[in-house]
Amino acid sequence: MAALTALRSAIASPRGAPSAAILALAVTAAIAAPWLAPYPYAAQNLAGAVMEPSAAHLLGTDEFGRDLLSRIIYGARVSLGVAVTSISLSVMIGLVLGAVAGYLGGWVDRVLMAVADVTWSFPEILIALVLIAILGPGLSSAGIAITIGYLAQFARLTRSQIIALKRETYVEAAVSIGSGHMHVLARHLIPNALTPVIVAGMLAVGDAIILEATLGFFGLGAQPPLPSWGALMSSGVAQIYLAPWVILFPGLAIAVTVIAINLFGDALIDALAIRNRLKER
Amino acid sequence: MSLLAVDDLSVSIGMVPLLDRVSFSLDRGEVLGLVGESGSGKSLTAMTLMGLLPLIGGRITAGRVRFDGIDLTTLPEPAYRDLRGQRIALISQNPMTSLDPILTVGAQIDQASRLHAGLSAAAARARSLDLMHQLRIPEAVAIHGQYPHQLSGGMKQRIVIAMALAGDPDLIIADEPTTALDVTIQAQIIQILCDLVAERGLALLLITHDMGVVAQACHRVSVLYAGRGAETGPVHDIFARPRHPYTKALIGCIPREGQAPGTLVGIPGMVPTAFAYPKGCRYHPRCTAAAPDCRTEVPAGSIQGVGGSIVFCHHPLEVGHV
Repeated sequence: MAALTALRSAIASPRGAPSAAILALAVTAAIAAPWLAPYPYAAQNLAGAVMEPSAAHLLGTDEFGRDLLSRIIYGARVSLGVAVTSISLSVMIGLVLGAVAGYLGGWVDRVLMAVADVTWSFPEILIALVLIAILGPGLSSAGIAITIGYLAQFARLTRSQIIALKRETYVEAAVSIGSGHMHVLARHLIPNALTPVIVAGMLAVGDAIILEATLGFFGLGAQPPLPSWGALMSSGVAQIYLAPWVILFPGLAIAVTVIAINLFGDALIDALAIRNRLKER
Repeated sequence: MSLLAVDDLSVSIGMVPLLDRVSFSLDRGEVLGLVGESGSGKSLTAMTLMGLLPLIGGRITAGRVRFDGIDLTTLPEPAYRDLRGQRIALISQNPMTSLDPILTVGAQIDQASRLHAGLSAAAARARSLDLMHQLRIPEAVAIHGQYPHQLSGGMKQRIVIAMALAGDPDLIIADEPTTALDVTIQAQIIQILCDLVAERGLALLLITHDMGVVAQACHRVSVLYAGRGAETGPVHDIFARPRHPYTKALIGCIPREGQAPGTLVGIPGMVPTAFAYPKGCRYHPRCTAAAPDCRTEVPAGSIQGVGGSIVFCHHPLEVGHV
């Protein structure tokens, strides 16, 4: 398969190799958090609060004496989990809406794209704040906000792919052997439109991690004691002079992960040779 | 009655009239060549017969198309969908682009079978392999699992033909099936198509700009020029005694064995675009025999000779004028 070959060459590329390694690490941390974390994420030890990094606590402890490394590892599960889940949902819904709009054209297309343009004209954070004001703070609200905030991007990208693809001869050929609309869409158009949309989705996971961290920082995402990277940073603000590691390490986790996602996404775009297709929106 | 009868068919895309009163007919076991230069309306005719005009924003403005007693001009889309593939199949111009790049060719032939005969996956596969054998595709089992980019152009065109045959159609429309292929492969593909007509009693509408292909494969030929019929008749008659100056010029464009270098002539000028069709006979600006009435009057069809050729020309060439 071409996609697998591209993935392999992206992993082998100079940008792809280190970023893939970092992403593998982050994903492993997220999946295997209970086994990797040296302490439970909510275990308090007030006697050992705000300790510097040491052999017992590699990244130090926070104001409740909780092990920061353990909280960052569990935080990967929360932050990556929310970002990946909501972007996946967003990609799936956007794919369907964009495909229908692009394939049918006419008033369906105009209505769907008008709605998409309206949501696209506001920053994602604003949409998220409005939705959280309605739904109340929490992890699932943050997830829904991310899903809706990025929907327009995927719908538009899919639509432009479908519009270009539906003029392909193989679509005409499929119609001329008697295939119906659903078949043409599901079997020929969407699979061929998939690659750039998935890559755009992967890059959006980086944005979503930042959005989730922002919401978490303001206490609108994961609620205590559940650690997310954004919430961890926010608890570090109070001791930024006394104990800078409490805000530094979660911040580094966010920055390194997001940079790795962008670098790997970029390597993947080159390996798949789809840079031009991603610009069509 | 003919299997396919096209009578005075006129087609427009948007406000632009492109086909003007085109007529021809085709029977089972017969190969009709539809000939003309690029822009003469050949492919548009194919799209019309397949009921695919809405895809390109076109519509039929006048005339009738009858297929096996069914009036195709008024056929609703769901009924048309049942016809496509099962009764009428299309082999399109470019095999390089007529196959979905991300599906195996086998899956695409299987799909065509399953759509029509309602076969199980295993039965569809068996049928596809059988079709591939009939089309003399070597190592059919291996090729069944390959992707289009792994195959040569000639092989892809055979796959496209297999897809067209999967629904067991009565009429196959082949829109320049050999244009994108190597010369050596062209003859093979044409031979395959002719064999199918002979073996299965298919009707084949062979759209081409190559008079050589027509001479080799067709029983009858219909020459189009700028969206209008120029001349229709039996191949041997038309090649022996072309009566329309355009037909004669087209035949003159076939390179012949032993022809002295530099003596091959084309037809000067170009097919006019649909926005600037000339008045009268649309061929008159390029015609060597144009007379004053050619510039003003649209020529009506007249039956000429024993072969029953129909010629749309004010001044048809005299028999023996070759």
